[in-house]
Amino acid sequence: MEKTINLTLKVWRQNGPKEKGRFETYQVSNISTDSSFLEMMDILNEQLVGENKEPIAFDHDCREGICGMCSLYINGRPHGPDEDITTCQLHMRKFKDGETVTIEPWRAAAFPIIKDLIVDRTAFDKIIAAGGYVSVNTGGVPDANAIPIARPAAEEAMDAAACIGCGACVAACKNSSAMLFVSAKVSQLALLPQGKVEAKRRAKAMVSKMDELGFGGCTNTGACEVECPKSISIAHISRLNREYLKSRLSE
Amino acid sequence: MSNFLTSSIGKKFLMSISGIFLMMFIIVHLSINLLLIFDDSGDLFNQGAHFMATNPAIKIMEPVLALGFLVHIIWSLIVSFQNLKARPIGYKQLNNSKSSSWASRNMLVLGCLIFVFLVMHIIQFFWKIKVTGDPLLAHVTVGGEEMENTYALVSSLFKASLIYSLIYVLGGILLGLHLAHGFWSAFQTIGFANKIWLKRLQFVGTIFAIVIAIGFSVIPLYFQIKF
Ligand code: HEM
Ligand code: SF4
Ligand code: FES
Repeated sequence: MEKTINLTLKVWRQNGPKEKGRFETYQVSNISTDSSFLEMMDILNEQLVGENKEPIAFDHDCREGICGMCSLYINGRPHGPDEDITTCQLHMRKFKDGETVTIEPWRAAAFPIIKDLIVDRTAFDKIIAAGGYVSVNTGGVPDANAIPIARPAAEEAMDAAACIGCGACVAACKNSSAMLFVSAKVSQLALLPQGKVEAKRRAKAMVSKMDELGFGGCTNTGACEVECPKSISIAHISRLNREYLKSRLSE
Repeated sequence: MSNFLTSSIGKKFLMSISGIFLMMFIIVHLSINLLLIFDDSGDLFNQGAHFMATNPAIKIMEPVLALGFLVHIIWSLIVSFQNLKARPIGYKQLNNSKSSSWASRNMLVLGCLIFVFLVMHIIQFFWKIKVTGDPLLAHVTVGGEEMENTYALVSSLFKASLIYSLIYVLGGILLGLHLAHGFWSAFQTIGFANKIWLKRLQFVGTIFAIVIAIGFSVIPLYFQIKF
């Protein structure tokens, strides 16, 4: 049976990067608990358009948990109250009738606000561009068994590759550190023979880009792992530390 | 190597190395201190303290220890300040108790409180023993060797003052909380962890933190209760 709820929403509104922002309060009613959080936001925006007000800007694309575009810091947690999901996968049944829901953008110096709830995450692209790739021409698809890779390494590289670059780790971290993201990108390559060749250069370049862009440092609180929709393990952060130290101490 | 120490991981590396060094010191310190409660005549502790004061290896380690504290404290301030800068505007609503431990989020607060304790502790014991002297320290002879009566200095403080005894208990607990996160964090930082070792280090760290907290707390409590 369908159930509906009414909510009070406190939403961060900011007209542009340099403007001063503020919280606005909105009411939404008869929201189906079967709808997703972003659908609820769509309903609110329809309502705002109907009232001749400017709709709330928020990021989204695939709406099935694979692109990493949707963000939103909901009731004090990135991607809201559920575990291991993105905001587009968050159901309204996670909220109680009459609840007040606070919606904020990712907060980090390295992720400046573009408008309302949309932040600029190109810092992540810059980190990837600094070294998150294999720079040799690998040619066509090689034979499946031509390069032997131990199963545990393959599994771990695959787990690291699940990162969708959403930035929830940065949003969750009290230091706005990007270490979980960077460690996933370094791990997925460092674990495989094709990526090992450039492992030293990569760890050094990506970390120095990360520092330059104004992300904080890691203090191992572990909040990133808990809030990451893909459950990327902080064990990757230890690998990144290892790769980076190996790279710097062998200079 | 040029900018290694200014990189985020380089700075944490220094914190970790100095932290591991301080943990080794704290194990030795606690072991000697526990002699206080195993011999009420004080001979055992006095011999331990005398050994520590005269041993050349320990003499070399003293300035190294001071340096360890200095590096740890200075870099903790640098790291904390830069991490603060990385989030100029905070959240209105924070619900982070689900995703991280209280100790891990408050290492600086815990560290600063430990620092206040440390200053008091140095004034009460180290300073008197090394610099100003104290009537309580009048020499005693243990096993034919003359030495300072450090036992009298320490035990009389704990016997006389409930307040100071409780402050020392608090100090032990604060250090325990700092290490409950600090122990495994230090190994994580130098890259000595994977999925399996992470769990093991966290487990050992918890045990270590409890041993340190109880170990230090039990000493003032022993004197308060027994005498
Ligand atoms: C005296 C004042 C002290 C201050 C101000 C202080 C401060 C800090 C801070 C801010 C951190 C970083 C927190 C983090 O990375 O999450 C830290 C980490 C740590 N501290 Fe302290 N601390 C102090 C004393 C001590 C003592 C006495 C010990 C050991 C007996 C110790 C052992 C550690 C360890 C092992 C770490 C972890 C290093 C790492 O994460 O890589 N600290 N401390
Ligand atoms: S590590 Fe997790 S939280 Fe961070 S960007 Fe990747 S998927 Fe998102
Ligand atoms: S919109 Fe693509 S992950 Fe949410």
